[in-house]
Amino acid sequence: MAADEEELSINEQAISASEDEEGSDDERKHKKLLEAISSMGSRKRKKQNERSEASVQVSEFFVNAEGTGEKVNLSDLLGTVEKTSGASNKTKKQLRNLQSSKETLELPLNKQQTEKIQRGIAYEKTAAEVSCWRNIILQNQKAEQMVFPLNQESPGPKRVEQVVAGWKVQTPLEQEIFRLLHINSQPVDDPVLTPVEEQSLKAMSLEEAKIRRAELQKARALQSYYEAKAKREKKIKSKKYHKVQRKAKCKDFLKQFDEMVKTNPEGALEELKKMELSRMEERMSLKHQNSGKWAKSKAIMAKYDDSARKAMQEQLQMNKDLTQKIVVPSDDEHESNEEGLETIPDFVNDSEPVIDSVNPWMRGQLTHEEPEVSCVTTEDVQTAEEENEEEELVGEFERKRKLRQADEEDLIPTEEERKRAGLKKIQPASEVVEEDVVEVSDKEEEDDDDDDEEEEEEDVSEFNTLFRLMRSEKTLEGSNQTREGLNTPGQEDEEGLLNEGQIRVRNIEDLEVLGEFVDPQPIAEPSLPRTAAVEATSEPPYKKKREIDLKEVLTKEAKAVKVPFLPTVVDEEERDEQISIIKEAFAGDDVISDFIKDKSKLEAAGRPEVVDLTLPGWGEWGGVGLKPSRWKRKRERDEQISIIKEAFAGDDVISDFIKDKSKLEAAGRPEVVDLTLPGWGEWGGVGLKPSRWKRKRFRIKTAPPPPRQDQKLPDVIISENRNASVASHQVSQLPFPFQNTAQFESSIRTPIGPTWNTQSVVKNMTKPKVITKMGAIIEPMVKEDFIKNKTTTPGGKGPAIMLGENKRAKEGTKRSSEKHRGRRSQKRRK
Amino acid sequence: MDSLICYLPKKVNIYEFDWLFLTQPPKRYWEETENTDQRRPEEEQGTAVQNQNKSTVKERSLKRKNGENLEKKDPFPGEAPIPHKQLQKFQRGEKYKVPAGARRRLKEAIISSEAMSELAQKQAARYDLLLPEDAGFLEGDEDEDTNTISQDDIADAVDITSGSKYFNLHLSQFGPYRLDYGRTGRHLLVGGKKGHVACIDWQSKDLMCEMNVMETVNDVKWLHTEAMFAVAQKRWLYIYDSKGLELHCVKKFNDVLRMQFLPYHFLLATASATGFLQYLDVSVGKEIAAVCTKMGRLDVMSQNPHNAVIHLGHPNGTVSLWSPNQKEPLVKMLCHRGAVRSLTVDKTGTYMVTSGLDRKLKVYDIRAFKPLHSCFLPAGASCLSLSQGGLLSAATGDIVQVYQNVLGSSPVSKPYMAHRLRGQIWGLAYCPFEDVLGIGHGEGFTSMIVPGAGEPNFDALDTNPFRSSKQRQEWEVKALLEKVQPELIGLDPGQLSKVDQASFEQRHKEQVEALGFDPLAKDKFKPKTKKKGRSSAGAIEKRKRKVAHEDQRDEIRQTVQERTERDKEQKEKSNEKKKLGNKSTLDRFRK
Repeated sequence: MAADEEELSINEQAISASEDEEGSDDERKHKKLLEAISSMGSRKRKKQNERSEASVQVSEFFVNAEGTGEKVNLSDLLGTVEKTSGASNKTKKQLRNLQSSKETLELPLNKQQTEKIQRGIAYEKTAAEVSCWRNIILQNQKAEQMVFPLNQESPGPKRVEQVVAGWKVQTPLEQEIFRLLHINSQPVDDPVLTPVEEQSLKAMSLEEAKIRRAELQKARALQSYYEAKAKREKKIKSKKYHKVQRKAKCKDFLKQFDEMVKTNPEGALEELKKMELSRMEERMSLKHQNSGKWAKSKAIMAKYDDSARKAMQEQLQMNKDLTQKIVVPSDDEHESNEEGLETIPDFVNDSEPVIDSVNPWMRGQLTHEEPEVSCVTTEDVQTAEEENEEEELVGEFERKRKLRQADEEDLIPTEEERKRAGLKKIQPASEVVEEDVVEVSDKEEEDDDDDDEEEEEEDVSEFNTLFRLMRSEKTLEGSNQTREGLNTPGQEDEEGLLNEGQIRVRNIEDLEVLGEFVDPQPIAEPSLPRTAAVEATSEPPYKKKREIDLKEVLTKEAKAVKVPFLPTVVDEEERDEQISIIKEAFAGDDVISDFIKDKSKLEAAGRPEVVDLTLPGWGEWGGVGLKPSRWKRKRERDEQISIIKEAFAGDDVISDFIKDKSKLEAAGRPEVVDLTLPGWGEWGGVGLKPSRWKRKRFRIKTAPPPPRQDQKLPDVIISENRNASVASHQVSQLPFPFQNTAQFESSIRTPIGPTWNTQSVVKNMTKPKVITKMGAIIEPMVKEDFIKNKTTTPGGKGPAIMLGENKRAKEGTKRSSEKHRGRRSQKRRK
Repeated sequence: MDSLICYLPKKVNIYEFDWLFLTQPPKRYWEETENTDQRRPEEEQGTAVQNQNKSTVKERSLKRKNGENLEKKDPFPGEAPIPHKQLQKFQRGEKYKVPAGARRRLKEAIISSEAMSELAQKQAARYDLLLPEDAGFLEGDEDEDTNTISQDDIADAVDITSGSKYFNLHLSQFGPYRLDYGRTGRHLLVGGKKGHVACIDWQSKDLMCEMNVMETVNDVKWLHTEAMFAVAQKRWLYIYDSKGLELHCVKKFNDVLRMQFLPYHFLLATASATGFLQYLDVSVGKEIAAVCTKMGRLDVMSQNPHNAVIHLGHPNGTVSLWSPNQKEPLVKMLCHRGAVRSLTVDKTGTYMVTSGLDRKLKVYDIRAFKPLHSCFLPAGASCLSLSQGGLLSAATGDIVQVYQNVLGSSPVSKPYMAHRLRGQIWGLAYCPFEDVLGIGHGEGFTSMIVPGAGEPNFDALDTNPFRSSKQRQEWEVKALLEKVQPELIGLDPGQLSKVDQASFEQRHKEQVEALGFDPLAKDKFKPKTKKKGRSSAGAIEKRKRKVAHEDQRDEIRQTVQERTERDKEQKEKSNEKKKLGNKSTLDRFRK
């Protein structure tokens, strides 16, 4: 407010000073206007203070400032500073120094230079920052093997605290528990499992894994077996077989169905519905109605052909069967069935246990006049009938197969046969029964061909066979059981018969078996070598019997020849460098060489002389004094020479060799290159010779080659040729870190193959430099990974589950690091 | 039998022969390790460690007394020490020390490679324990020579299986026999001069096949497996399978006299009467190399198993060494004054034994090509063979002599064993991994027991005498994969692991030779066919003038030629006339 009043006063003064002016009115108005405008705004604008010169003379024409045009000296300022007590001595001093110095200030650096300096500083900073990676990088470079991703979690069970890392202790109960644990110093942060326990746990898991794997393997194998079996069966072309199979399946299903009725009525109902559906379908379709092409053709044939008629009837029967309404077994029926079932065993005991082919009287033949014996429902009879047929068929198949096998094995008699024979011995009883069954079934087949009248009889007989089959199965299961289980009067007889049956001979094969059975001596004797020439000279048990043969005599002779065997040692002569030395080397055996010479001479004498076969004039112009052509002579001569050479090869061997060697040596020596030009730089003319100086100057001698390898070996010529073929496989340039060949050669002197090393060493030597886990993402290394490793040992020091604030504090750090990672990952995603 | 025989075939328990005595009891692995175990803590561990041990021992004893600590402590901590000798056996080259002032990378490379080779050496030495078998030998009484002991006596003394290894095959019809054992030592191939060829699983005496090829048989050889063998017949080389079926008739290989099979290269090397040394790669059926030796008939041949170099003996007393890569012999050495009759090289490729017509037997060190010693055999040796154990057998007439310690520095004085046969000896071969020497002679074949001949331990991955057919198949595949290329055959088998230090010029020259042209040569200068400025009026006129009056030119040329000819004739005539004109009839009497 005070300032405002002052201003006003000033303004009044100014106005008074220029009251006369006309424009002053306008000015005032303008000012007022401005003020009014400014007052309109809600905010009060700060008024700019006007500065006015405090001067004695105020002229209206110019502003008069005192001391204008004069420079402000430092001393002016200093004077005041000196006086003020507030300024520190230091600044005073500095000011004084400044005053004394006369230098001007330097110009600020230009842009490029400042930037350069800044860059330098930035570089240093980043270098310092990055240098913390240096160690880890070096370490990784040096590492023999790197496994990526770097921070792999160890497989196997984890500790509780690792799993529970993210879990907070929240509820008061939990807090209480952990408090208690802390108080009692229970392992909260220590590993829950001791290392030993952990190891044992791992081992357990491994075993389990193995067991599981084995199970899986077994299951797979079984599956594959079943698949193979199904395939095989599917491939069988026999329609009959398939029919039988289908029926058997159907029968099985029915059996199951019966059980199902008891156990799982709902399921049974469903099945029943299905069956009903199939029945409906059957009724709907024209199948098995004898209305098809085939049926019509059969109908024509039916007059004359029994089988056709039968087939048609079968069709109709099938239709009947299929369209028959399924009777839901009521309780009453059930009971009756059960009764029936109860009655059967008695009947079984009555007649059947004594079935044997041996005793025809023991064959319990059911007469067809006893239908009431079988208290089974008609349906059951039918099924039984079918069953019989099927089983017969199956039996037939089996029998055929067996026969085939037997045939094959007859062709190749082996040990297997014996084994099988042994097996036969073990279960003869069952076989007996089986054979019977087969017989009976054969009969039935014959019966099948008979008329329809016998059908009923057939049924009964079939039933018999079925029964026998049942028995045979039982016997297969365990003959002992049957024997014990069946308490019948004829048991002893039966047993006796069975025993008899054991030795019964049925075919040739069995005959053989019998023979083996009778004499328990093993036939297997080591077969003597067939080659008559081979003489097993030393067989201790027989050697005494051996006659004195020529060989023995000879070996005794060998004893006597002991002395001539002895080789006489020839003194090894010392060798010098020249020919004489070699000669000396061979000089020790003059006698021998003489002998050889003599021998060769003798040989030469003994050899037929060279017959001259050239016919002079043959194929040429005749005339006196004509000689055979040159080539002819040459050829003969060559032959002769070669023969003679061979004969006298031992004569001048040494000189020949030396000649050869000297020739080679000469060839190896470099030739002198003569570059002299006669007459060049000299007077011309005939017969001039280049001067001695010139000859010396222009005859270029190449450097002598390195000494030959065989220089000091007079009786050896070693080829100096380089083996270029190996060179293509050799290393020709020294690889990087090595400085000379010795270093490199020593580094590869140990082979790495399994031929020369043990397995573990080979693995160690050839291990890959980098291992990556399949499918795992390899993250770039994060700074925390290795820095953490350095500072804190992972897993241990800090408590695993933190309580309260402590935890929160740590979480903060963790979160930050996570954030960091998250950002990184985001960046990557972008 | 009054002599004491100490025969130790590898499958015989020595303790069964308690009435025998041994000069040197065979070393067993536990003996040595025990010794070293005792020695070890004193030698290698420092005194401080010893003190520590003592203190711990004391503590332990105290604790035991108190009954507090009952758990046992390992008295020999750490790995079992390896005997120095065993270590040395598996040493490969000298250890390379890190040079002073080496860079980091170099240092690391050297250190790691050294560590690796040391590990390999140690492991190999440790696994040497798995080779427990030792070779045995024969020893007589004080006044008895082992060479007087007959084969029958030996066969009686040893167990039945070993005794059955002495047998004769009387095959007098098809006369002297050559033989070859398969690499595993189970299969024997015999070929009679008069065409009889048979292969036998000789241990079970099972005849695999037998046939007469109705031709002269010069040599027989098994190929890489017992499924195939090669027969050098009168004219061509034939390959049969083990059933005797003719697989191939190789007509490129004619008049073959001797053969050698290089198992790791799958090469069949043949030496022919025409002086050719040929190599057949049996894995691909191609002729790899044919070298004309220019040395005449080649009927003495042997291979160096160490470096697969073929040694040939020649009638001029020289032995030459060949590889398929060079047309001239690698080495040619003068060994005998007379023709070389037979030669053989030992397993390690260190020694060569030769015998010549000069009735000398010479032992050479073929690393240095220097003779070690020579001895004089009165009858001369027609066949030589070295066993895996280093026993030398020599056929002198109808007697086979076996020498021990031939390869040492000292010359031999008397044979280790001897055996007389009927008829001339034609082939001699030791059976691998068995103490058996096979002898092919005029009257058939004899298998002779020679204690200590075979290598007692076999490498089941390489040559397994007991392998099944499945294993054989697998081995075959593996061996084919590991087949060594024929280019690598040379005197030094380690050549491949050396740096090729040839100069650029030399290498370039070789390349030019191999390719047949110079890949670096500059193209010949070809003048550019300029098209520019050809059709200018002046140029056209010039060209026209060049071709103008072509027919006339021809005529002129002809006439000119005719004229010159006529002139020449005239001149000659005139010259003759002149001569005649000068000469008078009396001129002929003039002197």
